[in-house]
Amino acid sequence: MVEFPPASAIFFWLVAGLTALCAVAVVVTQNIVRAAAWLLFTLAGTAGIYFLLGADFIGATQVIVYVGGVLVLVIFGVMLTAQGPFITMRASPAEWAISLLAGLLFLALLVVTLFAEPWPTNKPGENNPATSPATLVLGEAFLGVSDAVPPANLTGVPATVKDPLTGAPIVVPPVPRKAVSYLLPFEIVSVHLLVVLIGAAYLARAKRRRGAM
Amino acid sequence: MSHEITLNHYLVLGAVLFVCGVLCMATKRNAVGVLMGVELVLNGANVNFVALATYNPVFAIEGQVFALFTIVLAAAEAALALAIVLNFYNNHTSVDVDTAEELKG
Repeated sequence: MVEFPPASAIFFWLVAGLTALCAVAVVVTQNIVRAAAWLLFTLAGTAGIYFLLGADFIGATQVIVYVGGVLVLVIFGVMLTAQGPFITMRASPAEWAISLLAGLLFLALLVVTLFAEPWPTNKPGENNPATSPATLVLGEAFLGVSDAVPPANLTGVPATVKDPLTGAPIVVPPVPRKAVSYLLPFEIVSVHLLVVLIGAAYLARAKRRRGAM
Repeated sequence: MSHEITLNHYLVLGAVLFVCGVLCMATKRNAVGVLMGVELVLNGANVNFVALATYNPVFAIEGQVFALFTIVLAAAEAALALAIVLNFYNNHTSVDVDTAEELKG
């Protein structure tokens, strides 16, 4: 009797598989225009992953900012600089072999590290998108409403540690986390964005090349 | 075999995106291609943030807040990097990162 996987699992494997495949295609393809197209599918797939995780606002922001903004910038960058040899520039096979080896080793390292330690998580079945923080709570956290992020105890702290001298177990008291708000980072990131955009406009403005007149 | 999708599934996906981004930065010779690699890396980190926000109730807000900061900073970084690439292209008529060696020590 084969147990049929639930719809959420099917969707996860579908979206995650497509996202990972498109990410690999970004690396493998030699044509920069095609790489931009694969990047579009990767970013859209990541937005789907956010929706599956119940983070609607992050998913919507991902679609608007990445797919609508950053990718348009990248495509304009490709179009403005796409001349003959730059479209299909390729690295040498030796460089490819070394990068592939290093990448696979790095991936193996990351995955082994992930599975080595149990992560503090909800019990299965508690991950209900309906109970995940709504956009309202997120906005309150950004505007500095102090009870948007209520105090709680940190997870992942071991319940007991061994005394280094006697070996007797010592009970660790729960580590409280205070209520926080993100008003100041929000302001900083807004000013940062303004400065960056002015800087980008200054850097990319049309300039006459020296001697070109 | 359990069909439960756990936190580790999402973390592995984030790791795959991250490694793809690093490989993209290492192997592309086009400066815009390197920029695509940076975007992939930031996306991999973001998947981790949002997955931990969903699976760990203490960080339900923090994970999403940090993910939003990352998205904004990635957009700013892309705008600035493309401005630099265009400037470099205007001065050198090339986007090959191997030719950008004027600042080499």
